[in-house]
Amino acid sequence: MGIVAEGITKRFGEFTALHDVSIEIEPGSLTALLGPSGSGKSTLLRVIAGLERPDTGRVLLDGKDVTGVPPQRRGVGFVFQHYAAFKHMTVHQNVAFGLRVRRRPRKEVRERVTELLQLVQLEGFADRFPAQLSGGQRQRMGLARALAVDPAVLLLDEPFGALDARVRKELRRWLRRLHDETHTTTLIVTHDQEEAMEVSDRIVLMNDGKVEQSGGPRELYEQPANEFVMGFVGPVNQIGEAFVRPHDLELSLHPNHATREAMVERLVHLGFEVRVELMLENGEQLSVQVTRDEAETLELERGQIVYVRPLRETVF
Amino acid sequence: MTVLSRWLLRYTALGYLAMLLLIPVGMVFYRTFEHGFWPAWHAITSPEAVHALEVTLEICAIVVPLNTVFGIVASLAIARSRFPGRGVFNALVDLPLALSPVVVGLSLFLLYGRLGWFGTWLADHGIQVLFALPGMVLATMFISLPFVVREVVPVLREIGVEQEQAAATLGASPWQTFWRVTLPAIRWGVAYGVVLTTARALGEFGAVSIVSGNLIGKTETLTLYVQNQYENFNVPGAYAASVLLALLAIAVLVVLTVLGRKKEA
Repeated sequence: MGIVAEGITKRFGEFTALHDVSIEIEPGSLTALLGPSGSGKSTLLRVIAGLERPDTGRVLLDGKDVTGVPPQRRGVGFVFQHYAAFKHMTVHQNVAFGLRVRRRPRKEVRERVTELLQLVQLEGFADRFPAQLSGGQRQRMGLARALAVDPAVLLLDEPFGALDARVRKELRRWLRRLHDETHTTTLIVTHDQEEAMEVSDRIVLMNDGKVEQSGGPRELYEQPANEFVMGFVGPVNQIGEAFVRPHDLELSLHPNHATREAMVERLVHLGFEVRVELMLENGEQLSVQVTRDEAETLELERGQIVYVRPLRETVF
Repeated sequence: MTVLSRWLLRYTALGYLAMLLLIPVGMVFYRTFEHGFWPAWHAITSPEAVHALEVTLEICAIVVPLNTVFGIVASLAIARSRFPGRGVFNALVDLPLALSPVVVGLSLFLLYGRLGWFGTWLADHGIQVLFALPGMVLATMFISLPFVVREVVPVLREIGVEQEQAAATLGASPWQTFWRVTLPAIRWGVAYGVVLTTARALGEFGAVSIVSGNLIGKTETLTLYVQNQYENFNVPGAYAASVLLALLAIAVLVVLTVLGRKKEA
């Protein structure tokens, strides 16, 4: 089921969270709503879920206008950043909630919950309370709870934001695999560009209540629409008017007509890659990304003079 | 802090509590059982005393459920919805805490008295409010109104709206969300408020004293009974009824302590 939001404006008092935003999400896709905090991405997600009412504009799910429809009749699954677990219910009761309020037969509920707990690898935890689970387990319970009612659309609001880095990566992969199996139209809000790139087919990049660019992860990285997009989806250096990615800079020990002189200020070893921080002759700073082998061949060390040349640069 | 100043602080506080609370209450217990258990037992099992206890319990049985329902509804209005005048409403709920019970009694007297706004109409329809149970219930309701609200509103604010929103996205109607999510989440706060309401209703004197007319054996509550016995020089009877009220209060304290722990958990 596709999602369309048209001309959505949402104000909170003086603050305009969404400024005439329109997006279109393909059925069966996994799309990331990416942006810095305060960019309006969570508000847009909540408008789609029906948890916020937009001041103007309309929301269409599967082609039907649902702008005035309350959340309980939109058929969306929503996963909250801070889990929103029902604290007084066990894991089993949490996951069963959506089915229980629909008054499904007990046997069916039990079977479906068991199946979902297997899917999210919480089989042994059915009788525990949320307080007895780790953050990662709570969020998997949140996902199972949202999936229990077979939502046509799955909406995730910074679902892994409160988890530590390792668990976050694990759950990200797991979400991607889950999507590849179920093909439920999924919209995930995140401020982490790496997460957006890793997990999604498409990215809608937002800033200041507006959409800056939408497209595939590669498209955003390689053909950014503006300076903001370029800076948000990856590290970037500014040389005069031009913007260059750290891995698009070439270092050599000998000058030629296209190079500029620079001094190595710091070397940061990050395993396979080495980040070289340079200062140009005019005092501007540059960050260059080279492989460990390249760094060894150049015998880089602090205070050394090197010559740097952009291989690919972008001017807006 | 030196050992001496810590010692002083501790024993000053304890001494203060002893002077104000323990010694007076202890005195009542002592006087009651001065001549053994049975005189006290006979004093509180006299028909008048039993009737007074019945009236008190009857008032509680009506007031506490009504104020609990009102308290929960008002708490939801204050913590969950936006309406014009919400701030005023929130402040008004506290009015009974600030107003002297005597004033409450007097205002009910003016309203429901023979010449009051409602009094005339009610009298024409044969409904007696003053000097009868309805008036006493109204006075007690007014006095014990804020307790559930004051306990539940902070709990509602603390749990936030996310669980309720989650329930909504899962297909629960507002009614289902209330019964299955909100009420279980606030249950210990409600229980705490109910116990405080009960304690206040049991002990109410001033407002009830005015609207009841203090008709012995009819509109006499346990607190009024204590006063009447004292004034009629039946001091043992007054002490015995006081002990009964004090025991009820201690029971309330025990329940509050247990609930307080549950609420924290």
